[in-house]
Parts: sequence; C-alpha cells; structure tokens
Amino acid sequence: MNMIARLTAAASLTVSALGLSAASATEITFYYPVAVGGPITKIVDGYAAEFTKAHPDITIKPVYTGSYQDSLVKAMTAAKAGNAPDVAILLSTDMFTLIDNDMIEPIETLAKSEADQDWLKSFYPAFMENSQSGGHTWGIPFQRSTIVQYWNKDAFKAAGLDPDKAPQSWDEMVDFGKKLTKRDASGAVTQWGLEIPSSGFPYWLFQALTTQNGAILANAEGTKVAYDDPKVVEALQFFADLSQKHDVMPKGIIEWGTTPKDFFEGKTAMIWTTTGNLTNVRTNAKFAFGVAALPKHVRGGSPTGGGNIYIFKTGDKAKAAAALEFARFLTTPERAADWGIATGYVATRPDAWQTEAMKKYVEGFPAAAVARDQLKEAVAELSTHDNQRVTKALNDALQAVLTGTKTAKPALDQAQAEATRILSAYKN
Amino acid sequence: MSTITRRHPLNIHIQGWLLALPAIVLLLAFTHLPGIATIIDSFYATPVGKRPAAFVGLAQYQTLLADPIAWLALRNNLLMALITVPLSIGLALAMALWVAGKIRGRAALRLAFFTPTILPMVAAANIWIFFYTPDYGLLNQIIRVLGFSSHNWLGDPATALPALMAVTVWKEAGFFMVFYLAALQQVPPVLYEAARMENAGRWKVFRRITWPLVMPTTLFVAVNALINAFRVVDQVIAMTGGGPNNATTLLLFYIYQVGFSFWDTGYAAALSAVLLALLGLISLLQFRLMGRNVHYR
Repeated sequence: MNMIARLTAAASLTVSALGLSAASATEITFYYPVAVGGPITKIVDGYAAEFTKAHPDITIKPVYTGSYQDSLVKAMTAAKAGNAPDVAILLSTDMFTLIDNDMIEPIETLAKSEADQDWLKSFYPAFMENSQSGGHTWGIPFQRSTIVQYWNKDAFKAAGLDPDKAPQSWDEMVDFGKKLTKRDASGAVTQWGLEIPSSGFPYWLFQALTTQNGAILANAEGTKVAYDDPKVVEALQFFADLSQKHDVMPKGIIEWGTTPKDFFEGKTAMIWTTTGNLTNVRTNAKFAFGVAALPKHVRGGSPTGGGNIYIFKTGDKAKAAAALEFARFLTTPERAADWGIATGYVATRPDAWQTEAMKKYVEGFPAAAVARDQLKEAVAELSTHDNQRVTKALNDALQAVLTGTKTAKPALDQAQAEATRILSAYKN
Repeated sequence: MSTITRRHPLNIHIQGWLLALPAIVLLLAFTHLPGIATIIDSFYATPVGKRPAAFVGLAQYQTLLADPIAWLALRNNLLMALITVPLSIGLALAMALWVAGKIRGRAALRLAFFTPTILPMVAAANIWIFFYTPDYGLLNQIIRVLGFSSHNWLGDPATALPALMAVTVWKEAGFFMVFYLAALQQVPPVLYEAARMENAGRWKVFRRITWPLVMPTTLFVAVNALINAFRVVDQVIAMTGGGPNNATTLLLFYIYQVGFSFWDTGYAAALSAVLLALLGLISLLQFRLMGRNVHYR
C-alpha cells in the first residue's frame, strides 16, 4: 500500500467516524422505574435499541432508577443539580410536585402539529385525568393500571362457591370471605378469605373503597381533599371491619410486596392488587385463577394508577424534540399493545386493543381486558400539591385504624386538618 | 533527618500540613462544609421552583417543636438506643468470652458470629423480612410448631420497632465482639492464675478481673453503639418504610422522608441540625469520659 492510498483510507475512516458521530449527535437520557415483576429492564432496553434503529440520529440512554419513589428522588435531585433526565417515567400523581418545582415541559408546547393534537386525544380519558392540569397536558400515559381482584378458583370450589363468579358487592365479598377462611384444629387460620394490602401506599387501595362508596378524595386542581367526608369514614370502617369484625382478612398491615406471593402459596383466596401484576400472577399461580373488576357498593370503580412519561425542562430544543419523538414511539398502538401484553398494564389507548397481537392475546386470555373494561368507572388517583405529604397524612390515618390504634372518625378528622394545613399554601 | 530540619526550620511545618492536607480537604469538603451549610439552610424557607429561599429565622425549629412525628421519631430513636446498646454489648461480651477460650471449632464459631457484620444491611434486612413474614415466615413457622398463633411482626405497631431492634442487635453484636476479643487478650494471664489460686468462682473472676479490665473497650463500644443507634436508616427503608403509622420512624429516616419525599429541604435541614447537635453531645461525652481514664480502681 503506498502513501497516498494509506492517507485516503485514513481520511475516509475519519470522515465516516465524523459522519457517525454527527448522526448520533442527540443523546437523551431516559429514567424508568420497575414496579412489577418480570424482565422489565430487558424489554425497555429493547425498545430503546429499536428506537435508535429507526432514528439513527438519536441515541437513547435508558437508566433504571429503582422504585417509583427512588426514581422521583433521582430525577428531582438530578434536575436540581442542573442535570435533569430528558425524559422519565414517574408516577402520574407526581405531576403537581413536578409542576410546582418547574421541572417539566407542558407537552402541547412541544407537540403543536395537528397529528400531535390527535395523538394527545388518542388515550383513554380516565388516564388523562391524572395527566392534565390548568389547561395543560403534562404527562403521557404509559404504564397505567387499575386495581382488580384476583381469585383462586380451586379454593372457591373447595368452599362450595361458584368458581367462575367473583364477589360483585361488598356484602358478597364478606360472605365469600367467611366461607373461604379456613382454620386448623387449634383455631389458627390456614387460609384467609381476602387480602387488601396496606403497606407503603395504602391510600391507593383505600381509594377503591371510597370510590365504591361514592366519595371523591380530592378536587381536580389538587388544592382540596375530602378525607373527613362521612362516606370516606364509612369506607375506612369497612376496611378495618374486614379484619377486625368479619375476620376474613389478616390483622395489622398487609405487605404490598408479599400479597401476590401469599396468593400463590394459597394463604389467601382473594387479593386486590394492580393489573400490572397480571403477567406475574399468570406465570406463578399453580392453580386456576380468575380476574374481575372490583366489587361494587354504591357504585363500582377503582382509581387509576401507574406511571406517565414526562419531558423535563433542559433548555435544549433538540433534546426536547428527541424526547417527544421517543414518547410518541413508546405510545404507538402496537407498542402500547406489546407493553400491555408483556406486563399486564392496561394498553393506554383504544386503538391498541384493535391490533392483531392484542386481539389474539385477549382471545386466549380474556382476563387481560378486565382492567380496560373497568376504566369506564375509574377515577383519578389521589393527587394534590405537596402530594407526598398530603397522602402521608391519609396513609398514617389508615394504618392507625387498621392496626386498631385509632377509630375511623377521629383519625380521618386529624388527617383532614393536617392536609388542609399543608394545602393552605396553594389556595389562590 | 535532623540535619534537614536544622537547615530548613520552616520546612517541618509545611511538611506536616502537607501530610495532613488530604484528610483536611476531605473532612472539610464532605463533613464540615455540608454541616455548616445545613445549619445555615435551617434558617431559611424551602425554595420552591424559581422562588428563592427566604430567611425565616427560627421558624423551622418552631415547626419542629410542634411536629408530633418529629417527637415520635426522637422517642423511637431513644428507645432504639436504650434497648439495643446494652443488648448488643452484653451479647458481644458473652460471645467474645465464649470464643476466646480454647474450644473446638473456635475459628468457625468466630466467623459465624462475625458474618452478620460483613453482610450489607439491605441484604440482611431482606433476609429478616422473610423471617418476619406472617404465616409462612421462619419465625412464625417456629412459633406455630410451639403452639402459638402466627403474628404479623412488622405489621403491628407494638412489635414493629422491637423487630427492627432485633435486626440491629444481630448485626452489631458480632462487630463489637471483635473489640472485646482484642481486649480480652490484653488482660494479663497472671491475674487469672492468681484468682485460681485463691479459688475464686467464675462470676467473681468476671466481676473483679475481666469486667473492670475491659471497661475502656466497653466505653468505646457503648459510645459507638449509641452513635450508630441514631444513624439507623437502612433497615427502616428496607423493612417498614417507617410504618405502621410511624411506629418505626427514626430521626434519620424522617429527615430522609422530609428531604427527599416531601422536598421540604429547609425543615429537613433543621431536623439534621438537631440530630447533629445530639451526636455532637454524645461525642463530647465520649471524650470527657475517655479523658478521665476509666479503669479499674
């Protein structure tokens, strides 16, 4: 090889290297949590790789950031240090916190085209309730859920109940629960009728009970709560009665994380948990199980839950545009369907349910559509300004009542006073 | 060496400062400056969004005095200290006395006692979560065999804090045992020989010889255990999240919650300042007592 050839080769190498680096000029950081069982990180990394293949000029750097709580801490700490992620999946209820700290972009300031407007309208309205405030859209529904009930059909059969029928009302739930609670000779319980978890974020499961009793916990502006509403007190009394009066549920605090395991182990015949656990239950339950909408009382219903996609303020237009493109990519009907099938989260838009993959999945596994059908009666998850503090006031009251240290009315009155005090700063 | 110092009399000072410099820089950057910044921050309101922090004087401390959860956290922390410190010291000394003697499998036994110390706290906490799980957890399986009914250890406010204390004692005793092992080797064997000639009983030997002679170690360990008791946070995050109804909320966990869940950094700074003052007080006590040369009479 002579000198000239060598030089040319070197030059072309340099050019191609430069060309490559120019093509992948925009690198965006993507924070995401894992809140349910399954190989979530592998799926997310796969989406990021697929996206870069379709958009060679954008590189996604997915960063697994732990639980929802950890993810919010990491995203906010990074943002306060001037190093915000470009895009992150955080709880839909973190919206007010992120707005108050001036950390996120309203989506419609980035997504202005007509196609974009249609895109924002393509999601289930129930999911948008926790995504919009003050006339702006702040989050894009991604891994959203509702609470559903799972029941062990074998246990139902053994108790002489119809294995294909879940309890439809509170009374029926208590009645079934009594038949399903089994004790050994010494009187110790070997199988409970029901478990509604109460650790960590009991307010979410409790909100299903308040909804069914016809109460709404917070206003849409996130400036007022109704913890001391008599209907809320009634719902809490019922929650406590399940273990303290009817004896169909274990006493004390029921751990969120071990509830599915208790179900697999046959320690409880019915559980309430997120639809996000559907694939987990399907993989691990060694018995026939059913999934149904939650029982009704005055009405049916469940709060929505789960995470939205947020675009952070970084001051970099190219990155914000890339982040928007990625958000759009993650929420196409096909990918919403794929993500729903892989995890059990509710595919966030009606047209996702019309895709071939989803139709086939629902046909073979009708339980997958339960959470979607429940959306008709779903309400926004409790979310206010200074959200963590306001919900903690309720969480403390719930745990105090469930552990028998306080009674429902005074506990909720105190929580209401505390929440009102905190929220007084946000009234205009 | 001496010729060098004579030729450059100033040099020795510079050398000394240079040698201390890395430690000084690290301590300043990661301990003293953040400490001072925290105290300054505690006199300001929490900045929200673009609104800068306003000077509020002692308002954060007034909030603290009126905050029932802060008081509960302090109470829980004092209980944690008063119960775990003597327990882990007693257990550590007992284990040290046992494995100091010439017994079979001594090395294996020492290792077994020391294992909890080398496990990361979060891993240990997860093992204990399994022990405490209602119905099929290890502890409940054992008490059910013994004829008692299953108990929800972490889900009952009466037992949640003691359950965390057990983990703390289990984790710390092995570490303190190592100090006692070293201390026991320092006790002159002639004293034991003399005691044997006098026909002293085992308890008397312990009370009159061993206990007074390991006193400096006991004091050192006690102060460290006390400080550790106020720094407990891992097992709370991993096992209970402060619940049920704040029954296991300790000071450091509460600071984390106020600072990083509520983002009320001004109030978190005030809480930190109080914790700092508390720990400073304990350290002061340590130096006072150490200086007075605690030894046998």
